[in-house]
This record gives sequence, C-alpha cells and structure tokens, in this order.
Amino acid sequence: MNTEAFLLSLRLSATVAVLLQLFALPLAYALAFAKWRGKFLVESVVALPLVLPPTVLGLYALLAMAPRGPLGKLWQSLFGHPLAFTFAGLVIASFFYSLPFAVQPVVASFEALDRRLLDASAVLGASRMRTFFRVILPLAWPGVLTALVLSFAHTLGEFGVVLMVGGNLPGITRTVSIDIYDRVQSLDYAGAQQTALLLLLVCFVVLSIVYGVNRRVWSPWPAR
Amino acid sequence: MAGEMSRAMLSVEIRKRFSGNGAAPFILDVRASFASGFTVLFGPSGAGKSTLLDCIAGLQRPDEGEIRLDKEVFFDGARCISLSPQRRELAYVFQSLALFPHLSVEENIRYGLAKLAVAEQHRRVENLVGAFHIGNLLQRRPGELSGGEKQRVALARALVTRPRILLLDEPLTGLDASLRRAIQGDLRAWNAANGIPILYVTHNREEVDAIGEHVLTLADGRVQESGVPRAVLDAPRSVELAQAAGFENVLLAKVVEHRPADGVMRVSLENSACEIEIPLGEAAPGSEVRVAIRAGDILLATEAPHYLSARNVLPGTIESIEARGVLVAIRVRTGASFLVHVTPGAVRSLELAPGQLIWLVIKTHSCHLVR
Repeated sequence: MNTEAFLLSLRLSATVAVLLQLFALPLAYALAFAKWRGKFLVESVVALPLVLPPTVLGLYALLAMAPRGPLGKLWQSLFGHPLAFTFAGLVIASFFYSLPFAVQPVVASFEALDRRLLDASAVLGASRMRTFFRVILPLAWPGVLTALVLSFAHTLGEFGVVLMVGGNLPGITRTVSIDIYDRVQSLDYAGAQQTALLLLLVCFVVLSIVYGVNRRVWSPWPAR
Repeated sequence: MAGEMSRAMLSVEIRKRFSGNGAAPFILDVRASFASGFTVLFGPSGAGKSTLLDCIAGLQRPDEGEIRLDKEVFFDGARCISLSPQRRELAYVFQSLALFPHLSVEENIRYGLAKLAVAEQHRRVENLVGAFHIGNLLQRRPGELSGGEKQRVALARALVTRPRILLLDEPLTGLDASLRRAIQGDLRAWNAANGIPILYVTHNREEVDAIGEHVLTLADGRVQESGVPRAVLDAPRSVELAQAAGFENVLLAKVVEHRPADGVMRVSLENSACEIEIPLGEAAPGSEVRVAIRAGDILLATEAPHYLSARNVLPGTIESIEARGVLVAIRVRTGASFLVHVTPGAVRSLELAPGQLIWLVIKTHSCHLVR
C-alpha cells in the first residue's frame, strides 16, 4: 500500500476542508440572511460542481493554472514558480470541486434557524458579529460539521480533477485515488485492493459521523 | 409618584405597504402616541400589531413616516434616518419568546448586558431574578422550563437591560389565568418604578381588562379606536373588532324605525321577520347595519316569559347543542341564527334538546350597533 499517497490525500483533504469552511461561512451567511439581486446566480455557480463532470472542471482549472493562464501568470508573478502540477494547484482545483459540499449544509442549517433568535439578539444590543458567534454558529454547528466532513470526504475521493491538473507526481500530486488507478493499470490488483479498502473504511467512518450528528445531509437548496 | 416618573412619549406615524402576491395589498397605516404606562394593542390576528412592534423595534423598515421617542428620532423616512435595533435601546418580548436554547437562563438574561462590567451584570441579574421569582432556574436551559417559567425569563431578559420602551407581543399567551395575573402583577410592580411606554399586544379580552390602562384597537392595518378598555371594547364599532372582542353574534340588520321617545330603534335581523330593539344609534331607517351580541348575554327560557324588563323576547328552535368545557354553545334559529352560551347545569335543569322550542331574552343594551 502506498502510505505516501494516502498521507498526501489526507493532507490535501484537510487543507481544502478548512480553507473551504473559512470561505463558506461568510458566503453561506450572505446566501441565507441577506436579500440581494443575483443571489440565484451565485447559488448556481456554487452548485455547478455537483453536475459538471470532474474532467470539465479539471480542464478549465488546468487552462487557468497553465503558465499562460490567468491564474498561472498571477501565481508565477507572486511566488516565482508555476502553479500547474503542484500541491497548491491541487488545493485550488479541489476547492472548487468540493465547494457545494462546504456551502450547502451550512446554508441549510442557517436557514433553519429561528429568525426571531437573531431579532432578539439585535434588540438586546448585540452586533452582527456577536450574533454570529454567540447565536448562529453555536446553533448551526451540526451543519458546519457536516460541511467540514463532507468536503473532506469528497476531496479524499476525487479523481478526475486531480488527474487533469495534478498529473501524477509521487509525494506532490499522486493522491490515493490516482495511486489505485495506477496499480490497476499495472495489474497490481492486491495493492489496489488494500488501498481501496482503507479508503472505503475511512469514508464510511466519516459519513457515519455526519449522519450520526445530523440526518439532513443531502438536502438540496432549501425552499424559501 | 407620577411626578417622579419619566414622561417619555413614543410617537409613531408610519406607513408600510406589503404587496399581496395577487391578493389585495396589506397596508399598515398607523398614527399614535404612547405615553409611559401600559397601552394594550388589541385587534384580530392579521391586523398588523406585530408588524407595528417590529417597525418600532427597527426589525422592519416602514416605507415612510416617523418614529420618535421624545425628541430622539428612531426613524424618519423623509430624512432617510433609521436607527438600528441595537441603538434604539428598547426591549421586545416576542410571542415565541425567542430564548436562546443553547444558553442557560442566566446567560440568556445577561446577554443584553455584555457592555457592562461583570459586577454590575450580576447586580442587575440578582435584582430582577428576585422580582420575577426565577432564582432557582438560573443554571437551567430554556428547554427544561415550563411555559410560565420561560415567559418570566423572557421578561427578565428584556427588563434587565433597563429599556426605554417595552414591546410585548402576546407574552403571556397559553398561561392559565392565575399564573397570568401573577406575572402581570410583577410587570405592573416593575413599571411603577420605571415608568416607560409599554406596548402590550393581545387578543385576549381578559388580558385587556387586567392590564390595560389604555387600549388602542387595530384592524386591517389601521387604528380603529383608542381609549380606556371598557369604553372601547364593550361597544365595538367595527365587525372585526366585535368578533375579536368576543361578540359571537354579529348579525346583519336593517333599521325599521326609530323610537326616540324610548331611546331605541327597531331592526329586522338577517332579512327575516325577526325584529329586535337596540339602543338608538346613528343609522337612518331603511339602512343596513350590523348588530353585535355576546353569546353569554342572551338568556334562554323554556316558556314564554312575562313581566320582564328585557325588551327582546324571541321564540325559536334549538338547532344544535355543543359542550365546550365549562360552557355549552347552543345554536338557536329564530329567523336569524343566534349562538347562546349557558352552563352545563342550565342545559340539565332546563332539559334542553335539539328541536326544542325556546325563547331568547336579550336586553336592549346588550345589542351593539357596529359598522
């Protein structure tokens, strides 16, 4: 079994899950509580990776991150090295790939909150920030946990996007799913099975945690 | 005592329009002043009571108008001023109470005191906890409290902030009468010392009598009447108010003739031959009016009664008898259809049964002309 690939996948998934959540919390706040035009467009963009083939997402990510792509150029000028086929590139692509899983559970849990609690907080003099940390977050934490775990698990299992933008560099971009694919290609079925079984177990445990905490995991955008 | 009280006056003059999604739009259009002390906001559900409180609290924004506490402007549509709820320094107890379920009772009560020193927070909480009898609940979560305890905690959480206005949206709904009276007593005692405008929404008639120094009736987004509770609610002048104020019988009537010498006029009910006398009012003979009569104000007799002062004695038949807890609702058809409330004992002793011939006895002054 390829421990290196497995550890790389865990590191990638954890990084993406945490970064996504930092991004998803304010976005979910805006989607759940604020009224603005064009909200549906943002919702559509966030949900796109659910329906888009990973290869399509990967292709566009690759084009953007290529040395002459907009993101690639920016990265090169900021850090002095190319973005494509690096761990950072993988993080960026995975970020978009797992976006809906990080945002939707949080929005759902925010929208399920009793609005009168937020009103009460405001009337009692609490700022929006204090309301967020003292009322919204403590009451919506099952949704936030769901989002963290789902985006972690979803990134762990990604294949198409990694294949497109990561290539297959051991220790840098060869994740566990790529490793399994490689082994099958080279007829190493025993090695592939070992890794696959471990991945299966990890994903099962992770999802059990989520479902144990919160039943409404696969809710689509809630009705308004 | 009155001299020591602050003389804060809340003035509201607002309009807010809600598009009705195809139905007729709802327009809240209120002009009113609230002095310190209790003002009961009374009216049928959907009259705009909660919306009015939300506008005063800054949770909803009126389309136009002005909200002021003395000289301080909370909202001014023309000058585009709208203070945030945080800066209005008022307290609002919602119908749902909205206690924070993940915080203990003490944390709930201290929630609005975050800007004060901890020692001062404790001092204030202790003061109020004594007055509202919740000292033994402080470490519990709202989910572990009874309905009455929750309501006390919600009131304490509101009052501990020393608000300049207190908005109460049916805060005591669902409590039995004795518990409600006890909490009302606590509230009244608190306000004797504080003297701020208190707006108290209810559509419970008993609460109006118990708490109201002043009552303002709302219907369909507009102020209908304003005054002392007895005057306003015992002679409701609109159909919605009559129904909300507990007049079970609101009948269509046509004025037949005026009898100024007797101080009455005769009206025919629901296009039938059934006629009754009601107090002389501003309605010309021939005009269509409505008459409101409480179901509890009608007497039943199994034989034609004589020698009564009551002017209206109507023969009819019992259509249905329905027991509703401590009272029995009897529907009687006389030409018009009346709902009569009697006690279960009366049904037994008079041996009332559907189909039976019966006489209705109604005092003239139990009949109220409504718009």
